[in-house]
Amino acid sequence: MKIRWISTPYIVWMIMFTVVPLLLVFFFSITVQTDEGITFTLENFKKLSEPIYLKVLWRSIYLAFVSTVICLLLGYPMAMILAGTDVKRKNVLIFLFVAPMWMNFLLRTYAWLTLLEKNGLINTVLSLFGIKPLNLLYNNLAVLLGMVYNFLPFMVLPIYSVLSKVDKSVIEAAQDLGANNFKVFTKVTFPLSLPGVASGITMVFMPAVTTFVVPRLLGGAQFTLIGNLIERQFVLVGDWNFGSAISIVMMILILISMGIMSRYETEHVGGGFFG
Amino acid sequence: MKHIKYNIKHKKQIVKFMALILLLAVSVPLMTGCGGSKNGSGEKVVLNVYNWGDYIDETVNDLFEEKYGIKVNYETFATNEDMYTKIKSGAGKYDIAIPSDYMIKRMIDENLLNKINLDNIPNYKYIEDRFKNLAYDPNNEYSVPYMWGTVGILYNKTMVNEPVDSWKILWDEKYAKQILMLDSQRESIGVALQMLGYSMNSDNPEELEAAQNALIEQKHLVLAYVGDEIKDKMIGEEAALAVVWSGDAIYCKRENPNLDYAIPKEGSNLWFDAIVIPKTAEHQAEAEKYIDFLCDPEIAFKNADYIGYSSPNSGAKEMLDPSLLSDKTAYPDDEDIKNCEIFQYNEKLIKIYDEIWTRITAE
Repeated sequence: MKIRWISTPYIVWMIMFTVVPLLLVFFFSITVQTDEGITFTLENFKKLSEPIYLKVLWRSIYLAFVSTVICLLLGYPMAMILAGTDVKRKNVLIFLFVAPMWMNFLLRTYAWLTLLEKNGLINTVLSLFGIKPLNLLYNNLAVLLGMVYNFLPFMVLPIYSVLSKVDKSVIEAAQDLGANNFKVFTKVTFPLSLPGVASGITMVFMPAVTTFVVPRLLGGAQFTLIGNLIERQFVLVGDWNFGSAISIVMMILILISMGIMSRYETEHVGGGFFG
Repeated sequence: MKHIKYNIKHKKQIVKFMALILLLAVSVPLMTGCGGSKNGSGEKVVLNVYNWGDYIDETVNDLFEEKYGIKVNYETFATNEDMYTKIKSGAGKYDIAIPSDYMIKRMIDENLLNKINLDNIPNYKYIEDRFKNLAYDPNNEYSVPYMWGTVGILYNKTMVNEPVDSWKILWDEKYAKQILMLDSQRESIGVALQMLGYSMNSDNPEELEAAQNALIEQKHLVLAYVGDEIKDKMIGEEAALAVVWSGDAIYCKRENPNLDYAIPKEGSNLWFDAIVIPKTAEHQAEAEKYIDFLCDPEIAFKNADYIGYSSPNSGAKEMLDPSLLSDKTAYPDDEDIKNCEIFQYNEKLIKIYDEIWTRITAE
């Protein structure tokens, strides 16, 4: 009884700020406003299936996918290094790794502008060696860089927390049984770390696929991503119905990817959303 | 977008941050103690003013309070759309707002504005006649002009060695990856339409498609579509040519003398920001006093001098520094702006613009 009483504010909070808004978004997505009032329709979803919007959707997923893969490739070794070092050095490393995150996300992205622009820091240094200024800013690579830079910690930290809990004796047992380092990694360490990898992937993919600040600042708004499209429907066009439809499709995609990921997470204590 | 400040470059961000803090500071007492009586006996009336960030000499608000005993609660917005959304949704109850021309038309159409009684605004006589009876408010019933300006090309004289007098230069292969466009559907599509010789208010599907194709064709030449950063980029010589608002051009020219500004011969966007009273206003009489105060030549001069944009107030212009008055960026001749057009709000076009813009940026 007591526990239920404690949970009341949380339930009220979730109803007010999650359930009701979700229902509203869903309601908007299946209606349009006409002169006669509100009518139910699937027009918004049909509009989204036009090639031009599919292209936008595809580009967003592609960029988010690539940045997730890069984050994984860069993040996994980092997590292993963190998990492998002794406590004293570990704390310093984690501090150095996390400290930039204390700064505002926008500021960190703005900082990249200063580094990458034509008369920016990197090009100025290059010019000292007689290298002509490179076009580093305002392209897909700059957008990818921005995503990887901003989301990398979300990949490293979950993997690290799983790896640091792996029982050392399991690895020793594998070594005693004659496995070399490579075998130990592929047969023992990596499979044990899968829950961390899975939550790392979801935590990077989700913000990456919906970001609209990074493509605007580092991509020079040259490429509309799905996040930009949604933002514009609400702020500029005032077509809340179409904006909601895109959001719903986005949510379904994320739900599916989380569903796939949670298959790996279920074996872990605490499970995923579908566990 | 249409505002500047001379000394501090990133004032805008600071202002936004301050606005946020202000909002928080205001909302906390609101949430904790809703007891504060409004308009109680002997209590000061508070006038809620909603303006572009950094678009007023803030001592003006103190002077107003001194003169009339009316406190001014000053808040700022960053885009017309932000302001519109806030007023339309009823999230903010403002007595005064200062939107741009097309937005004023939209708000009139949607019945979001109160009429202004010009009899209460004796200083209205200082507003030059050419700024009256404009298309967005043909009978001067809803708005009083505050500032005006143009859209044009800001260019770096060390990088561009030919006369700049046409939008066509933004389609010149020579300047590949040295062109900055505005991240604004309205402005960029307007530029393309005018480059092609059409009206920027065109709703003809063929003309709009031609503009779309022109922008797609131009895309590989464009370095980026940017917003307020355009000023820093041009001052820092990151690009040779940029589409800017005249007020930003004045600011950039002061910061970097290599820059100059041209109004293309095809014409450009002639814009106005004007003072209005939203429907949600609770102090109509005080709001009219405030409008009259802003039209006072002394006060209008203070604002024009501080902001650097062009004032429609004949009294204020007489007091302005002759060097600013003779600067054609701020006060162009009638000849320079003869082809310029004023944006007209057209609800049907908003969705079409966004579709065009998606096609351009999806390539």
